[in-house]
Amino acid sequence: MFEAVAFYLFAFLTIAMFYIVVTTKQALYALTALAAGMIFISAFFFILGADFLGAIQIIVYTGAVMALYAFGMMFFDTTREVKEKKGNKFIIVGLSTLAAILIVVIVSAPMVSDNIVALYPIADNIGNVQSVGLVLFTKYLIPFEVAAIMLLVAMVAGIVLAGKKMDLSLTLMSGEEIEEIKKEKNKKVLS
Amino acid sequence: MEIGLNHYLVLSTILFAIGLVGVMKRKNLLLLFFATEILLNAVNIAFAAISHYYGDLTGQMFAFFVIAIAASEVAVGLGLLIVWFKRHGTIDLDFMTSMKG
Repeated sequence: MFEAVAFYLFAFLTIAMFYIVVTTKQALYALTALAAGMIFISAFFFILGADFLGAIQIIVYTGAVMALYAFGMMFFDTTREVKEKKGNKFIIVGLSTLAAILIVVIVSAPMVSDNIVALYPIADNIGNVQSVGLVLFTKYLIPFEVAAIMLLVAMVAGIVLAGKKMDLSLTLMSGEEIEEIKKEKNKKVLS
Repeated sequence: MEIGLNHYLVLSTILFAIGLVGVMKRKNLLLLFFATEILLNAVNIAFAAISHYYGDLTGQMFAFFVIAIAASEVAVGLGLLIVWFKRHGTIDLDFMTSMKG
């Protein structure tokens, strides 16, 4: 009973939040609604017994990704209203049909796969975090290490891309100033 | 009223469709990134639900790797977006025509 109430409540809240994200014209509203939707999604993980995944969802998505977006938005002009594409009737009809077919396929997919057997069954006597650790550091050790290297590469790339010329803002300078800097250093500033 | 696997799959599909419409509809690159986050989260719900109803931890493992990939994608993508905005002053898709495509 409580599971059903929680499921429908959080399903409604999540769909409402994500609907706001894709329809609003203010980038700040979209950011806030997306952060709220991430928190609500972690509720599903807690209902499903994936406690560690729920905690990771809150920490990584709401804590790291949303904070990154919030800092990134300081670089952009977010007060201006976002322009939308002109509505093409055929595109809208095609999209709706595609989404409907997708729904049918995804919902009917588990019906034809009743022969699935659990490769790494969830043990009853130990908690979720412990069993996740056991599987992650035995069967999925190599993907785990590869993911660590990938995150390191992403961190270096983020620093190199965003941290370049942090001390001078090219958007706030006039054209003459940028030309002066170009002549002074005798190289391409903008690249 | 019992909540089954199909409930979660339908919810996941609805969220995925919302994200898909967002990807098709948005012009602003930052809001396009938001729509991709919605797509990844919708898939994560399906992974966790299947992991629970089949009693298999593999779904949760894949959800972890999806989260890791999403985090690194945001770091690199936002860096590229900042560089683009510094050079061109806009992150609108319609003005990215430097390759005359």
